[in-house]
Amino acid sequence: MRTALTILRKDLRLELRTFETLPAMVLLSLASFVIFHFALARATVDGQLAAGVLTVTLLFAALLGVNRLFVAEREQGGFDAFLLAPVDRTSLLIAKATALFLFLIVLEVIALPAFDLLLLGSSLGRSLGGLVVLLLLADLGIAVIGTLVSAIAVQTRARDLIGPIIGLPLLIPALIATARGSGPLLLGHGATFPQGKWLLVLALYDSVFALLAYAVFDYLLED
Amino acid sequence: MLAPIYSRGLRGLALATVATIGVALGLVFFYAPLDADQGFVQKIFYIHVPLAIVSLGGYILGALFAIGHLRTGDRKWDMRSYVAIHMALIFSVGGLITGSIWAKASWGHWWVWDEPTLVSYLIVVLLFATYQPLRFSIEDPERQARYASVFAVVAGAFVPLNFIAVRLAQAYVHPRVLAAGHLPPSMGLTFAVSLIGIALLYVTLWKLELAAKSSRMQVRRLRREVLGDTAVRPLGRSAAPS
Amino acid sequence: MSLIAAAPALPLHQAGPYVAAAYIVFVVLILVYVAILALRVSRTEKDVVALRDELDSREPTDDPDPERERVAV
Repeated sequence: MRTALTILRKDLRLELRTFETLPAMVLLSLASFVIFHFALARATVDGQLAAGVLTVTLLFAALLGVNRLFVAEREQGGFDAFLLAPVDRTSLLIAKATALFLFLIVLEVIALPAFDLLLLGSSLGRSLGGLVVLLLLADLGIAVIGTLVSAIAVQTRARDLIGPIIGLPLLIPALIATARGSGPLLLGHGATFPQGKWLLVLALYDSVFALLAYAVFDYLLED
Repeated sequence: MLAPIYSRGLRGLALATVATIGVALGLVFFYAPLDADQGFVQKIFYIHVPLAIVSLGGYILGALFAIGHLRTGDRKWDMRSYVAIHMALIFSVGGLITGSIWAKASWGHWWVWDEPTLVSYLIVVLLFATYQPLRFSIEDPERQARYASVFAVVAGAFVPLNFIAVRLAQAYVHPRVLAAGHLPPSMGLTFAVSLIGIALLYVTLWKLELAAKSSRMQVRRLRREVLGDTAVRPLGRSAAPS
Repeated sequence: MSLIAAAPALPLHQAGPYVAAAYIVFVVLILVYVAILALRVSRTEKDVVALRDELDSREPTDDPDPERERVAV
């Protein structure tokens, strides 16, 4: 666990100093909102349409983060150094997944108000709590799958391509739950908390893939 | 250590496959009653659903072999996993096409989003379609095998989750023949025989493919020993295990 | 036992082509696979025959007694 914390602190410090990934994710989200505004040609979006826009935007911003996740390790020999150290190898998985999770949270702290302002017409108020719960569960799933997929992709030749094409189908159940779960929350006077079944699906998805990732990650790091 | 002989039992298996499929086809067209509402079109059910079910089973099989490979490090498990997934993909294409034909004949559209099973199936196929590009993008054969096995395990776990999520997402469910839960026994028998026939076909083709691959590899090795290194063209990049 | 219909069923003469198409797709897939396998097996067979040929045409060089020397033909 201490190893994981050390690596996590390293990644966060790196991000704070270089500001490579997070600003790009935020900018991509904001640009997407603008594009959606023009593409959909409506004053505001609500309900399921808004949920779709939000989910897709968060997904593509997440993909940016996923692509960058292991690049530093790959290019500067971090993998070799890590393999030589007498530490539990899954601590790398935990550290990277946590880092990605935190990035997603920071992204949403900025993107949600922007979304509310630009596209929702400032109607988020009541259902914000429920939306946050849903998104937290979704972020967990994206973080786990994103880390796994990134670890696979970073060793291949077509690095930036393999990640998304493997990751997107794998993420579909989580994205379905996120989009369908948030739809009723984004209606003008709709629900304030997502339906239980979507939270259950996300929880199941997160647990299964977290356990699976923990089980297989070692095999990705062998030399 | 001797390489496994994959063609052992193949002849009996192939004969059983032919017999079962022959009986199944007879049952489909001469025994099973006409469906009260879908009519003759319902007969597609007996080829589409077994293809889909067996292909999904094939993906799970590929995942199980991949676990074997990760645990033992023996590359022959990777070859079994590869062929299982490869074969399942081919069966999936058959499943998707026949499903599409059935959709067109039943509901007038080549594709329908209302069918959760069909949609889940498409997603699974999209995922496993990335298996070979992934293998191809890793040059080192040992690493390629290992990463492919990791992928196969994760993708195998994905299959049930995916079906659950998509089914939950449907606003309403078009009752399907199986979902309705009540197949008259004559249809049930026909379906069971068809399913067994397609499953036997899968296993036969899987063994056949493995036998062909294995022979190819042995011949390559022999050529190298007998004719020297120059007689064997280097394999180059390949998605298949070697 | 009646099953719930999702749409009007096609009459027999219209339904026939669709059912036939589905089964034909299945048969064609199998046949294509058999053809590909046939190509592969024929290549392997040719290689094996060539190997056999090569081995047969070689001089018996694996002399059991390496001390013996061939001094005259």
